[in-house]
Amino acid sequence: MSTTTPPKPIDDAVGYADDRFATAGFLRGKMKKVFPDHWSFMLGEIALYSFVILLLSGTFLSLWFKPSMSEVIYHGSYTKLNGVSVSEAYDSTLRISFDIRGGLLMRQIHHWAAVLFLASIMVHMLRIFFTGAYRKPREINWLIGITMFTLAILEGLFGYSLPDDLLSGTGLRITQGVLQSIPIVGTYLFYFAFGGAFPGHDFIPRLYTVHVLLVPGLLLALVAAHLMIMWFQGHTQFPGKGKSNNTVTGKAFYPVFLIKTNAFFLFTFAVIAGLATFAQINPIWLFGPYTPDSITAGSQPDFYMGFLEGALRIMPNWETNLWGHTIGWNVLIPALVPLGLIMTGAALWPFIEQWATGDRRIHHLADRPRNAPFRTSVGMATVTFYGLLWLAGGNDVLADKFHVQLFWTTWIFRVTVIVGPFIAYFITKRICIGLQRSDAAELDHGVESGIITMMPSGEFVEVHEPVKENAEAVLRSKPVPAALPDAGEDENGIPSPASRGPLARARKALNNAFTADDIPMGNGHADGHGEPQVTAPGANGDDSTQDAAVEGGDHKELSRG
Amino acid sequence: MTDNNETSGATPEDEGRVPKRVIGTPSPVGTQELLPGDEPEQGGTGYVLDEKKARRAERVAAAFFTLSFVAGIAFIVFYAVWPGHVGNINRAARSNYTLGTAMTLILLGLAVGLTIWVRHLVTTKEIVQERHSISSTPEDRAVFNQYLQEGSRESGLGQRRLLRRTLLLAAAPLGLLPLVLLRDLGPLPEKKLRHTAWKNGTRLVVDGTGQPLKASDFNSPGSIITVVPEGAEDNLDEIATGAVLLLNLPVDQLKVKKGRENWHVGGIIAYSKICTHVGCPAALFEQTTHHILCPCHQSTFDALDSAKVLFGPAARPLPQLPIGVDSQGYLIATSDFHEPVGPSFWERGRPKV
Repeated sequence: MSTTTPPKPIDDAVGYADDRFATAGFLRGKMKKVFPDHWSFMLGEIALYSFVILLLSGTFLSLWFKPSMSEVIYHGSYTKLNGVSVSEAYDSTLRISFDIRGGLLMRQIHHWAAVLFLASIMVHMLRIFFTGAYRKPREINWLIGITMFTLAILEGLFGYSLPDDLLSGTGLRITQGVLQSIPIVGTYLFYFAFGGAFPGHDFIPRLYTVHVLLVPGLLLALVAAHLMIMWFQGHTQFPGKGKSNNTVTGKAFYPVFLIKTNAFFLFTFAVIAGLATFAQINPIWLFGPYTPDSITAGSQPDFYMGFLEGALRIMPNWETNLWGHTIGWNVLIPALVPLGLIMTGAALWPFIEQWATGDRRIHHLADRPRNAPFRTSVGMATVTFYGLLWLAGGNDVLADKFHVQLFWTTWIFRVTVIVGPFIAYFITKRICIGLQRSDAAELDHGVESGIITMMPSGEFVEVHEPVKENAEAVLRSKPVPAALPDAGEDENGIPSPASRGPLARARKALNNAFTADDIPMGNGHADGHGEPQVTAPGANGDDSTQDAAVEGGDHKELSRG
Repeated sequence: MTDNNETSGATPEDEGRVPKRVIGTPSPVGTQELLPGDEPEQGGTGYVLDEKKARRAERVAAAFFTLSFVAGIAFIVFYAVWPGHVGNINRAARSNYTLGTAMTLILLGLAVGLTIWVRHLVTTKEIVQERHSISSTPEDRAVFNQYLQEGSRESGLGQRRLLRRTLLLAAAPLGLLPLVLLRDLGPLPEKKLRHTAWKNGTRLVVDGTGQPLKASDFNSPGSIITVVPEGAEDNLDEIATGAVLLLNLPVDQLKVKKGRENWHVGGIIAYSKICTHVGCPAALFEQTTHHILCPCHQSTFDALDSAKVLFGPAARPLPQLPIGVDSQGYLIATSDFHEPVGPSFWERGRPKV
């Protein structure tokens, strides 16, 4: 088939591999695999490459780091701590920072990469959520993603706890306090994890094994699964002219994507290296070694732990003592509920949506967030919830910088963390519906051209031009909601018992939430100048194709703006 | 695998050095072509490159690769030749700037060069591929199902109940082994969370110096100091439970609880420093209000009133340590804390008042 043979050495190498692994047949189809292009598709790549950088820099650090809590007297380049009794973990981290060439750079690269890893995972997840890219067939990959996110948070916490400095030790102390508060098994978990009393001598070495072996191993396996599934199922793409659910538009893996993705790896690495060069992170020599009775004001964890910290701060001081047993709700609820709500909610969401909408179709076209108002609004409510908790984690800093009473900030967050998500929900919903209306109007009336013409009657009107082809395809891509499968009626028209139970009612209500705010797009020409009708739920029952059909461009019209 | 390997389309028009059809693909489908006008400024991908522009792009890319090379050499030279990397903190900072800048430039040069290459010199055209159905064909599934049934029948596991049940029986304890093996991770907590190193007669020594403290030396009103049990100055485990805030409070404003009348020494009063919320040191003391504040989560305690909670997430007052003075005038504990210090736990029970 090929028109030319590659140069002999390459051909020989290909032949050698092919005779043993049938590489040509295996790779033939993969080389031309198409990857759609959009900036938001690179968010996951940032996470992937941050992980690679974490593995590389982490390996470097492990050559010198000593995960030990044995006390040593520090004597090194950081003279201010000379003669101070510190743990070997802290001592070796200082040594990496000041006595190993490039050690500080690698430490800062490692820490910045961890921050970027978590940040890019979060933004990547938001992109997936708001565009509905988790829908069939990608639900399992979504779950893998959530698992990796959870592991990454833990891995980050474990990582910055290792140097045994004052800040990380305080974090460990809080972790221990949370562990201890768990009903029934809490004190046992605490004593088993720490090998006895806090801080003990066992925890840092144990944490180290978990941090450098267990969690990275799990993450590596999950990353591999994540990528293989993505490769197998293909990437989603955004609607547009010529884009459809059955095709994928883009450039071939080899050579375009391969060069691009390598460039992107290098960009990610360059940004992290730049940050590590010019932006100091986790200066443990300033914090000092950990002792359980020291603390500094303004103690903040890394940003991804901030929402848990905020929850701990604003929780009212509820505690119950019943039958000789204490349950510290003031610790349990903030430690478990926000994380549990967000992670469990995110994990269940694809299945809830499928159940409520009855939509079991394959989706390769990403949704525009406005076209799924319920999902977008719930997503924004969650973002608001998370964001407020995160801000609450720095309430002392906020109180200081904005000259607000400290206790007021606590109360403000106590109220807004409950009210805020509802407000965000309603505002987002109105914005989505408004955007849908403006989309519909654009399709029906065209775009204001800015040209005023005089009608024969002497009337002045603005010429409306039809929407450009690509934009029209985007506007018309709005999916038609799938109909909820009818539970069925008997011959007398009485709905079957299955459709009357509480579960069925819940399903109906949810279905209503998913489908209610649906402004029909482009139902012909200028048939009404009033508000587009809101369809009744389930009115658009037909399972119409989602192909972004492109109509002829005969939309030219004059319209009374 | 349903790899979308079959490419369909590469517009026939205006191709020069690019083959009219991608090798090994069916002929293009008209509707899936992209109009040339739809991808402007893509660096001529898919088209004949403007050789002049291409050469310029090549030169720019080459310049960036060269920059990367130079930075790479600079990194090695800096590392190997320049002596001032370590020894003090200023050297470490300078080393970080030089090595880091070189490293950033290595990576950035490569990244920019690659980007210019892929945007301006690569002639691959955008293509549209069919997405094949992900699921297997019905025949595949039928055959698979058939094999599945056959196999399970042949294995006999369905019919042979004894085999099946003993197999499950054998697996159950095996699954528990890892849990059992973890038992020696740590000792049982038992009553250890209820006790600290304090007992009757233990001197209060200043944290850091280890010096015992005389009541007469701790006489300025409103002062605060952290003390630990004598003999436990260097034991972090004991400090983690036994750290105590020693405060000198105006005795006339002190609201002393019943039964604690002789727990303070003329206004010198001792509270556990370990916050009852999650165990941070409650280290901040506001002299004017006599409030103790934990900087972690801002639990606030009233030092004048048995450290009761004024605000924040902590549910219980900081436990008070009964103190007295020994024959030489040094401050001593007169007993251990009367309740467990630190965060709550299941077995804690009702706080004894």
